[in-house]
Amino acid sequence: MIYLKDVTTLRLDTTACTGCGRCAEVCARAVFEMRERKSVIIKPDACIECGACAKNCAYGAITVTSGVGCAAAFINGMLTGNAPECGCGPKGSSGCC
Amino acid sequence: MDTEKLNSTCCPPDAPPADKGVKSTCCAGPGRAPINLSASSGIETVTSELTLSDRFNAVRCRLGGFRMHYIVRPGIYAVGAPGPDSDVFVSANYRLSFNVLRRSLRNMNAWILVIDTKGINVWCAAGKGAFGTDELVGRIFETRLSNIVNHRRIILPQLGGPGVAGHLVQKQTGFKVLWGPVNAADIRAYVEAGYKASKAMRSVRFNLFDRLILTPMELVPALKIFPLYALAVLLVFALAPTGISATGAEAYGLPFLVMAGAAVFSGAFLTPVLLPYIPNRSFAIKGWLTGLLTTVVAARSIGIYSMPDALIIMTFVFFPLLSSYIALQFTGATTFTGPSGVKKELRYAMPLYITAAGASIVLIIAFKLSQWGVL
Repeated sequence: MIYLKDVTTLRLDTTACTGCGRCAEVCARAVFEMRERKSVIIKPDACIECGACAKNCAYGAITVTSGVGCAAAFINGMLTGNAPECGCGPKGSSGCC
Repeated sequence: MDTEKLNSTCCPPDAPPADKGVKSTCCAGPGRAPINLSASSGIETVTSELTLSDRFNAVRCRLGGFRMHYIVRPGIYAVGAPGPDSDVFVSANYRLSFNVLRRSLRNMNAWILVIDTKGINVWCAAGKGAFGTDELVGRIFETRLSNIVNHRRIILPQLGGPGVAGHLVQKQTGFKVLWGPVNAADIRAYVEAGYKASKAMRSVRFNLFDRLILTPMELVPALKIFPLYALAVLLVFALAPTGISATGAEAYGLPFLVMAGAAVFSGAFLTPVLLPYIPNRSFAIKGWLTGLLTTVVAARSIGIYSMPDALIIMTFVFFPLLSSYIALQFTGATTFTGPSGVKKELRYAMPLYITAAGASIVLIIAFKLSQWGVL
């Protein structure tokens, strides 16, 4: 399934990419494909901005504003004026699932 | 299959405590375990079988707060009879995650390294950094993993990716991070293929069953608010210039309880279950469409159409949007929604919800005033 189009903050700097393929390996949404020793974003709309690719790119070639796609978290954040928090986690923790 | 015993497990098959699924290493007698890890190392052995109690607890996790307390102690565990060359699989300390992993290691000899994720599952914990590089690195040193195994590789669940930087773990501990499959059920195939996951194993799925088991956690919170809503609705419709009227509550209050129940069912159950088949990508719109259909059907069956216009209009303004609001909450449970999309939805949906709620209150006041002969 695919969520909203043209909203992802995922960016790939091809010049910094060494073609190690780690991004394609950790991505659970098959967003990347390795072509001619470079990573290519083939399905941007499948991206859920989880941040796994950027976290595991040792060369800093990927940027994404990562977070959780959880409406409850954002609504709680608006109501309390704090960071998005859905209450799925342990009490007092930030972020959510 | 389920009753198949691991002949390498050193404890007797009937060894308690079954409800934990974790047995202390108890009887590493002569010839039973290839390496004696029990007495000196204190490493616990776990079976790869799930007991009836494990399965019962898995259901409880799907229903509510029990999930927050279903944990396993961080540390290293043995499945089967692992040796210094056996693989190391990393898990969260949410016992449901741990149970899924150990069940997938049936007939294998392996180590499980449980890291402290505050009892949260791998993906959620990775998202908030608890299943993270620092915790993993610390746990590798604390358990002296390098003394337990000869090799320098650890297998992580792929969904730990948002929290763990594999290259940093290797730099700090010498252990190379291998990204295992998304689903623990694919571990055997992954290992047999030489630590290679197919494209299918790398992709997270979200099929009908996956969605269905998530719906109780959508329904339960809505049902918790329901008594409060019921009280308010019955009270409003019972209010009469002469005092409290039971007939008013019955004639108008009860039908609106049914309508709310239908909207909750639509937003928390129907929309999640039918998700791929409902038009549009927006959860707010999906939930509204399902809610509209549910409202039409429910309104007809309980006679809303014979009510005053203000209440009919209110019914169609409020209840489809209530379904929409509840459906939007399901974004937090899916495997394919991201923060940018959710924020975009909320930007147009929240003002609409608030306006509609306000308009509904005005319509009910208008109805009450005309009922009292004021308007």
